[in-house]
Amino acid sequence: MLAAQLDPLGASLVSLLAIASLLLAFVMLGSRWLDNYLYAFALQSWAMAAVAVVVGYFASAPELYLVAALSAVFRGLVLPYLLWRMIRRLHAARELHEALRPASALVVGALAVVFALGVSSALAGPLGLGGSTATLALTVMLATVLIGFLMLSIRREAVSQVIGLLVLENGIRLGAEILIPGMSLLIELMLLADVIAAVACLGILVRYLLSQFGSASSTELKRLVG
Amino acid sequence: MAGALIVALLGAPVVAILGCIVLRPAQVALLNLAASIVVFAVAVPLTVLSSGAPRYYWQHAIVLDAPGAWVVLCAAIVYLLSSIHAVGYMRLVGENSRLPSFYALFAGFALTILLSPLMNNAAVYWIAIELTTLVSTFLVVFERAAESIEASWKYIVLVSTGISLALLGTVLFYWNGSFVLGPTYAMTWDALRRAAPSMNPALTVLAFLLVLIGYGTKVGLAPMHTWLPDAHSESPTPVSAMLSGALLNAAMLGIVRYLAIADRAPAGILPRLALVVLGAFSLLIAALFIIRQQHIKRLMAYSSVEHMGVIALGFGFGGTLGVAGALYHMLNHSLNKSLMFFGAGNMMRSFGSPEIGRIREIGRQFPVQSGLWLLGAVAITGAPPFALFLSELVILRAGFRHAFAWAAALMAALLIVIFIGFLDHFRRMYRAAPPGEAAAAPLRAPGWCVVPMWLALVPLVILGLWWPQPLWEFFARVAQLLGVVGR
Repeated sequence: MLAAQLDPLGASLVSLLAIASLLLAFVMLGSRWLDNYLYAFALQSWAMAAVAVVVGYFASAPELYLVAALSAVFRGLVLPYLLWRMIRRLHAARELHEALRPASALVVGALAVVFALGVSSALAGPLGLGGSTATLALTVMLATVLIGFLMLSIRREAVSQVIGLLVLENGIRLGAEILIPGMSLLIELMLLADVIAAVACLGILVRYLLSQFGSASSTELKRLVG
Repeated sequence: MAGALIVALLGAPVVAILGCIVLRPAQVALLNLAASIVVFAVAVPLTVLSSGAPRYYWQHAIVLDAPGAWVVLCAAIVYLLSSIHAVGYMRLVGENSRLPSFYALFAGFALTILLSPLMNNAAVYWIAIELTTLVSTFLVVFERAAESIEASWKYIVLVSTGISLALLGTVLFYWNGSFVLGPTYAMTWDALRRAAPSMNPALTVLAFLLVLIGYGTKVGLAPMHTWLPDAHSESPTPVSAMLSGALLNAAMLGIVRYLAIADRAPAGILPRLALVVLGAFSLLIAALFIIRQQHIKRLMAYSSVEHMGVIALGFGFGGTLGVAGALYHMLNHSLNKSLMFFGAGNMMRSFGSPEIGRIREIGRQFPVQSGLWLLGAVAITGAPPFALFLSELVILRAGFRHAFAWAAALMAALLIVIFIGFLDHFRRMYRAAPPGEAAAAPLRAPGWCVVPMWLALVPLVILGLWWPQPLWEFFARVAQLLGVVGR
């Protein structure tokens, strides 16, 4: 809602950063290397922090600075570090068994963006927000969520799946920062607690997976069927 | 008065968690049992108190209303029954040194389940549901077999992904409300309900569908149910009972509360239709997998998918009848599914295998226990004179009254299929082993494992013969709160 009231400079900065974070999602989609996922995810989190600063400044919502700081520190540094440790422990530098090659995944990702654009223009039109930053935010949010889903479903390494989940949540946060700055502090705190706990849980499970199966690829997980 | 009760309700598991850290392994089981007795003793008067106007506590962070209190009561019953069962069962598992961490997690799991229905803020409710996932992951993986690791990995990845869709829906609901209530407001259920009539229809439908898919994953509605049979079958039996009887209801409550909001928005029939379709599809999937099932606990898990489908249909049909039937079914399913899981867990331990083909002659080996279990099986397939027959009948009546008659007809047909398929497995387990197959003498389950089966069966018979008038009035009150009166 506030996004509609941003002045032109703020609106263009927000748009630029939103598109940058969408591009970073494509970087993850187009790569096989776990390290690349990690760096792109960290950069994406920094872009989100920057969005929070811009919205906080132009819409004079000071609590968004706190959101930005939390996002930069925890999602930009702490989570990538935890994931980096997980990758080192796994001795798995790249994705070996993806269901869809990166080139095809990029095409599907592009289709996802087109779909997201269609949905958000259809939604924003009746609300009187057609062509505004809100439409862009909605598009980026839905597209990033879809790309996160895509990563979750085509990747087999445990770390890739965790990163897919994080990308999905990043998309939701980006949308929340722009569309509903009023609640984004609550959302940020919630997601932060949630994500750190989830990554810790997943880290422990990865350890079990390693001890039991000798790898952390979900291709091994096929005992329970029917 | 009610405030003090809520403190006791949430305080008892907290004390149990702290106690598990301090006390010796021998005492933690009884401490957890004591906590569950307190929780149950408090949940009953809370439910009675909740039938008035909703009460708010702690700066409107906590709400005590009739639908929430009902889910709390169901969870408290399952927590009590499974705590009794756990005393005996966890001895059989033989992980004595890790018992304190088991019970700390178990009480923590109960705490998160009890917490979520009381949350007044839709976003905080989301985090309570997510917390249940994180805590229960470690309960699912407790036995550390390859299968349970696989089950818990699928559980956490699938459910976290699903639940983030619910968050997306929550964000969209907040955005939708911000056109009515201004850019910053407290996202309470009540505020959303008040804003609903002026919400944008298309956005409401999209947000509701996302919430439905998200929480529906946690409820185990098909086709998002795939984590459920794995997690339910591979976790220790008391945990299976909690997952099935308590957790699924708590997530269903989220769908119901959002449905009440979508109902007031000018969103048409689509939200209800989506819920009905998912419910009917769950019944179909459950029926297919029940017929061909070989694993005793997976059989019970698919039966949970079935019953969540029935409850979804009840709320989807709506009206006072539909809501009353669905709520009654929640209670009955909680009681009955606990009974079924306890029986399955005991038999699995006794015969050393979860495969239905290896469980033989239960009638001769365990006359009392198998009798209880068989009666439970007859009850869970919806045969009279047990309580599930009544609640399913009421839901069917609600369904045949209006546009969803096709779903009610499908439900009736699938219930019959499930009745045949489910009881056929029991027939096989009563049969003797084929000659030539060496039958090892099965182990006996301790009394702690059989007592909760009695405690679950007796109320099922009573509630099946007599639907108390105060309960009926309570359900009518819930239906009124959810705004379905006059449909």
